[in-house]
Amino acid sequence: MEAQTIIARRTARELRSGMLVNLGIGIPTLVANYVPEGMHVFFQSENGLIGTGAPPEEGMAHPMLTDAGGRPVTALPGACTFDSAMSFGLIRGGHLDLTVLGGLQVDQAGQLANWTIPKKLVPGMGGAMDLVSGAKRVIVAMTHTAKGAPKIMKKCTLPLTSTRRVDLVVTEMAVIAFPDGRATLLETAPNVSAAQVVAATEAELVVPQNIPEMAL
Amino acid sequence: MRTLPLDQSVAMIPDGASLMIGGFMAVGTPERIVDEIVRQKKRDLTVIANDTAAPGKGIGKLVDAKLLRKAIVSHIGLNPETQRQMMAGTLEVELVPQGTLIERIRAGGHGLGGILTQTGVGTSVEEGKQRIEVNGKSYLLETPLRADFALVQAFLADYLGNLSYALTARNFNPVMAMAAETVIVCAEHIVPTGVISPDHVVTPAPLVDYLIANI
Repeated sequence: MEAQTIIARRTARELRSGMLVNLGIGIPTLVANYVPEGMHVFFQSENGLIGTGAPPEEGMAHPMLTDAGGRPVTALPGACTFDSAMSFGLIRGGHLDLTVLGGLQVDQAGQLANWTIPKKLVPGMGGAMDLVSGAKRVIVAMTHTAKGAPKIMKKCTLPLTSTRRVDLVVTEMAVIAFPDGRATLLETAPNVSAAQVVAATEAELVVPQNIPEMAL
Repeated sequence: MRTLPLDQSVAMIPDGASLMIGGFMAVGTPERIVDEIVRQKKRDLTVIANDTAAPGKGIGKLVDAKLLRKAIVSHIGLNPETQRQMMAGTLEVELVPQGTLIERIRAGGHGLGGILTQTGVGTSVEEGKQRIEVNGKSYLLETPLRADFALVQAFLADYLGNLSYALTARNFNPVMAMAAETVIVCAEHIVPTGVISPDHVVTPAPLVDYLIANI
């Protein structure tokens, strides 16, 4: 299974019926493909839509119905639209049950850096800072390493997105949480050992005795 | 509310003006107004908007034509030309978290002296800002934004200037319609008064100064 498929499938297992969920761009977007059958989740696009559906069939795109990346989407039955003040009120006001975001780095206390690489990549934070600061639950869905270099670090070298601790990091190798502010290995991917995860992680990782295998 | 031809509406905008422009990645951006600003070569503009879209699209056209002096936006990642001008030092870019940006505009339009948000606390966004504790939580004081002009794209406008919006083209538009000295509206459809039912009016007519006439 491809890394991004493992990450998206495992992350989708965190969805619960009735949740209001915002998915970031990249791997997080793929999570929508693995919503368990029969489960109803409200997906928000921060440009002003709840009930975001799959991309439309060829020829059916509407120029005024897009996701936060500006790509055409569909609106599911029961969808609603609103302005950006309402959209971010939902995000900051404790109404958003879950956000899934990509990551550049996460530190061992669970702080995320995902919006800029100074002097190289300066896209702007868009809604990322509000999402991490405001969502009830934050999951980072990202590859475990970048070109072999660990992304789960002792301390982020890139500017932080928020000082709020994320709840879960899901990678193609492991699931990591931060109880008491300490990076803790919760699950390993099939055919990945705890030792391999530790070797690919710069952060000090708490490794419990028995570590279950990631269910996909 | 007055109805004006497109060229006369844009002629009111002086060089150096500050403009709030609705839209999210050009969806809900008044493209006809943007095109006319480019045609009339308005210069040294400050734009307040969610993003600078992409080259050749929406606000990206103003960037392409090098008409902007400053952009106050949340995202420029899909416009390499904005990034190039920023790196070259010819375009000043102030990056603001999206939820903070819309609330600063709302504060400007609703008579508030600012807003308090937890977004950005402890990050580079905090630099130069006042941190305020309320009930044991830390917030940043974010100041209001206003502009000389708001350029708004509506779906329906009636003869009085009542506005409604469509789908995700609403975004920043109704909030900006509250926060500028002069509000210029472009609508997909101009309809008789009464077609938009009172419950469906999002921007009330007294907020609209000028409605751009159909061709």
